[in-house]
Amino acid sequence: MRRAGSASRVFALVLRHYYLYRSSWTRVVELVYWPAMELLVWGFLTLYLRDLGPGLPNVVALFLGALILWDILFRAQIGVSLAFLEEVWSRNLANLFVSPLTPLEFMIGQVIVGLIRTVVTATFMTALALALYHYNLFSMGLALVAFFCNLLVMGWAIGLVVSAMILRFGQGAESLAWAVIFLFQPVAAVFYPVSVLPPWLRPVALATPAAHVFEGMRVVMLEQRFDAGLLWNAVGLNVLYLAGGIAVFLWMFRVARRRGLLVQVGE
Amino acid sequence: MNEEIVRVERVSKRFHHAWAVRDLSFTLHRNEILGLLGANGAGKTTTIAMLLDLVTPTVGRITLFGLDVARARHATLSRVNFSSPYVDLPHRLTVRQNLTVYGRLYGVPKLAERIAALCDHLEITNLLDTRYGNLSSGQKTRVALAKALINDPELLLLDEPTASLDPDVADKVRSWLAAYRTRTGAALLISSHNMPEVERLCDRVIVLKQGQAVAEGAPAALLRRYGRATLEDVFLDIARSGPLSTGSERGS
Repeated sequence: MRRAGSASRVFALVLRHYYLYRSSWTRVVELVYWPAMELLVWGFLTLYLRDLGPGLPNVVALFLGALILWDILFRAQIGVSLAFLEEVWSRNLANLFVSPLTPLEFMIGQVIVGLIRTVVTATFMTALALALYHYNLFSMGLALVAFFCNLLVMGWAIGLVVSAMILRFGQGAESLAWAVIFLFQPVAAVFYPVSVLPPWLRPVALATPAAHVFEGMRVVMLEQRFDAGLLWNAVGLNVLYLAGGIAVFLWMFRVARRRGLLVQVGE
Repeated sequence: MNEEIVRVERVSKRFHHAWAVRDLSFTLHRNEILGLLGANGAGKTTTIAMLLDLVTPTVGRITLFGLDVARARHATLSRVNFSSPYVDLPHRLTVRQNLTVYGRLYGVPKLAERIAALCDHLEITNLLDTRYGNLSSGQKTRVALAKALINDPELLLLDEPTASLDPDVADKVRSWLAAYRTRTGAALLISSHNMPEVERLCDRVIVLKQGQAVAEGAPAALLRRYGRATLEDVFLDIARSGPLSTGSERGS
């Protein structure tokens, strides 16, 4: 029997999710439904605010840019967590882990599925913002790529930690997949700068990669310049976050094997 | 003696404050079928899970193909496969899609041909484009068996392989398993509550009670030793013999 390469096993995982989405229109609709609702409500509110206060600088760009970038973070995280939950819901984890698939390959597969989901959602939101509000996310230029990549990585890291928690505590913890990211929202400086936070909360914000991304976004929009320092802060923190996410998942995988959770999860 | 495929050395597994498996040792050789018998909770599933590295033993060592399964996971598990009625496949995927995914995970060459031949052999060709979730429990068991055979495993671990099958299909599955062993020389470990099945298929059985091996040998030898006509009577003697003392009754 030929041995499958690592890439082939990762591809098999991605293929499994492609088959799933191809057969489930509800999952496909879910990719765009909530983002569309968010964009409609926030977009019209932003138009209203713009008309109320003409002195507000770039209010449409600030709010819609922040909203779309926040959704990229959220979708990156939920994409990874849902890829894991799909295996839990279908009681398929034991079958996967008795195959030669390694935990690291499993994580890479989750991340790729999360990436594809995020690209689909982000493309849809960008097109909708352009159509409804004449807001072009690409007006941020190349900085957008840097922001996008950093938010993806932070989302993956949190998604891996959530997956690890579900592996450890079972399906009872699945609501974490939708809830955990909102712990970060107040300190991620999505819609306001870190400086408006109380002083004791600012160090927490500065330890959050997304806060540097959103600060960087505002610099691009308000000052028309790119702050490389903020980017490198985000990159450095993301390296730590991703390493932490992988380490927590591997740790919980070991705990799951010790406690026999891999044969129980999903039951 | 054929090549040793499995070696379990003084393995125990403790969950919280209870021992699921205690001081279990056995070997399994190529071209051999070993039956694992025992009441519910006797430690059969935990033993299989430890062989597959899904559960880490508290103490003891397990080697597959001469390699420590915990350290050489990839090298060993690519030569092994498993099926259990307690583990599912993705419900929304068709049978063909499920087998394609698992075939790729195991690196099966000429996968489409392999799937076609396997499904023809297991008489599930007509189900190939049916969603797994729409199958009856008996059909699911056969598909799970197809998944377990997709990589032509040298070691096949089957947890209750004929549970929920009607007598006709169950009989066919036993014939397929016997033919698979004959064709490939694979080693099979079967956990079952179906004593006639075990008598028919297994060269050797281990009876577990409260996580310990209390009897081991060829089915005919166990019948002689216990003075019984069927393996089911032997099983009942052991199951109803009261709690274990420290000793066991292992022999050949």
